[in-house]
Amino acid sequence: MDNYKTKFIPPEIFQILKDDGKINSKEIPDEKIIKKMYESMVYARISDDMIIKLQREGRCGTYASSLGEEATQVGSALALKQTDWMFPYFREIGSHIVREFPMNMYMLYWMGNEFGSKIPENINNFPMAVPVASQIPHATGVAMASKFKKDNNVVMCYLGDGATSEGDFHEGLNFAGVFNVPIVYICQNNQWAISVPLSKQTAAETIAQKAIAYGFEGVRVDGNDVFGVYKVVKDAVEKARNGKGPTLIECVTYRMSDHTTADDSKKYVPKKDLEFWKLKDPIIRLKKYMESKNIWNENNEKELIEKLTKKIKDEVKKAEEYPSPKIEDMFDFLYEKIPKELEEQKKEAMSGVE
Amino acid sequence: MVIMNMVQAINNALDIEMSKDENVVVLGEDVGKDGGVFRVTEGLWKKYGDNRVIDTPLAEAGIIATSIGMAVYGMKPIPEIQFDGFSILGLNQLINHASRIRNRTRGRYHVPMVVRIPYSGGIRALEHHGESPETYFVHTPGLKVVIPSSPYEAKGLLLSAIRDPDPVIYLEPKRVYRAIKEEVPEKDFTIPFGKANIVQEGNDITIISYGSMLRTVKQAIEKIKDKYSIELIDLRTLTPLDTDTIINSIKKTGRSVIIHEAQRKLGMASEIITRINEKALLNLKAPIKRITGYDVIYPLMKLENSYLPSINRIIKGIEETMNF
Repeated sequence: MDNYKTKFIPPEIFQILKDDGKINSKEIPDEKIIKKMYESMVYARISDDMIIKLQREGRCGTYASSLGEEATQVGSALALKQTDWMFPYFREIGSHIVREFPMNMYMLYWMGNEFGSKIPENINNFPMAVPVASQIPHATGVAMASKFKKDNNVVMCYLGDGATSEGDFHEGLNFAGVFNVPIVYICQNNQWAISVPLSKQTAAETIAQKAIAYGFEGVRVDGNDVFGVYKVVKDAVEKARNGKGPTLIECVTYRMSDHTTADDSKKYVPKKDLEFWKLKDPIIRLKKYMESKNIWNENNEKELIEKLTKKIKDEVKKAEEYPSPKIEDMFDFLYEKIPKELEEQKKEAMSGVE
Repeated sequence: MVIMNMVQAINNALDIEMSKDENVVVLGEDVGKDGGVFRVTEGLWKKYGDNRVIDTPLAEAGIIATSIGMAVYGMKPIPEIQFDGFSILGLNQLINHASRIRNRTRGRYHVPMVVRIPYSGGIRALEHHGESPETYFVHTPGLKVVIPSSPYEAKGLLLSAIRDPDPVIYLEPKRVYRAIKEEVPEKDFTIPFGKANIVQEGNDITIISYGSMLRTVKQAIEKIKDKYSIELIDLRTLTPLDTDTIINSIKKTGRSVIIHEAQRKLGMASEIITRINEKALLNLKAPIKRITGYDVIYPLMKLENSYLPSINRIIKGIEETMNF
């Protein structure tokens, strides 16, 4: 009777690795990948913790922690090939680790040095996007170019739940649908945009369903389940590579930290929510699974923590020993060749009177 | 040499570069089969196909942002924004991203694209279709801003823009599109950025203008050519701005009138006067006059001629400066 009205059944959440470390599907990656997942997630958490400490000591600027979102970041990035392209937003330590982005450069950026965004030549990452959602249409443009050049690369674009309210989200996904480009959008739905909860970003029941309006698939997955994320993202990446178009993947997770080190989330995040989500911790869950399969024990754990703790200390040292940027850098990277009118200002800046 | 109007000259430049480099693509609203609302891209879709002359969804920010992505990925996108007023929807992407990517990645990525925007009023168009937004772009570090004043200039400057490694805003004076015809070489040629054109030499006064106003300025000068020896400078590129040519001229004449269609406050004239004050203040024989749009909203067509600098306003400005 109401056939002229839209009807919609929201998607369920896909899950493989349950909160208790047990699995409800046989579609799990091989042991080598599982161990890489675990190591990357633990390294993400250790590094995150270290950067927050550096910030508290005045050795680093404002920083956005990834605490609790490691499975979403690591599971998704692992589904990419090295030649694929990755567009991060600003809460993204796990995916950077998987892409082998040097941790000292990741820190260098937050320490206030632009050279932290000088992406190494062999890594097809874009620098982190601070203006929310602005990276989405850029990523779509890269996917358009990749399709044009027929080079078989896939683009992965990360965004938060807050980003789905921005116009750039709409325009970026709409272009992707119209031109049917090889891209996978990963929404890390951590349920908060600073202090504003998801219910105030959208009246839609899910973020995944927004894909339907753009003419492609939306997927909803437990973002704290690294196996589940890996599986749905791998499928979407393969689909994109085969010319079957974009996918929007909503990874349902929770921001277990403040928005940034400049924020105090105790003011607005309910304590009981944090307690509830703590039981869904992505790292503990994977560790339980590995122990139950006898591929991990306390000795392995101790060795890993020792190795990663030493590694992050070395990276901090590298970042802190990195040469300070020079005044002329402000001028020299603006254009390929500095215009004459700017040359005069450069001289003024370098005259020694600051 | 062939006689061309500006629409034909721009089309010809696009065609030359597209035939040379398959990474050059044109994209925007109605640029394909329709050839653009001003017919600037006419015939290109038929010649180069859907993949290189791309009709996009109606979204200016999306057009510029996806062009940024394409440019980073080694293509040379030439997005067309249909009208000046709507370029503001893409301004965020230009200010926050296109202009900054080379700097923020310390040269790892850069954005070689040319954003074509028809600008200027005087064609009895709709609201939001007669704006002169150049100051927003000129105020943004990392962008280059080019405004041709004639068919010849349009072709030479566009070919330079397409070959430039940085993002270029290329403003097309729509009032001039079909108003001037002149000889334009059929072959490939470029006009370098940062070098103003001394259209005519003179000793009494320096008239500085660009883009849409050049034609009106020439008409005004024609009427008083026997009275004063007038030097006319066409800036061609607003970023980079050719300060040397301006200063050398002022040192010779000691007087200047600057004419543009954009609003006066913080317009190009303000910057030029400041540079003259910094480098040639003591050469001045009279205050420099600005003949510009007023600091009001660009009016609908019944009032647009009252907003635009006219031949009479320009002559009055020159007379006042000469008789100071």
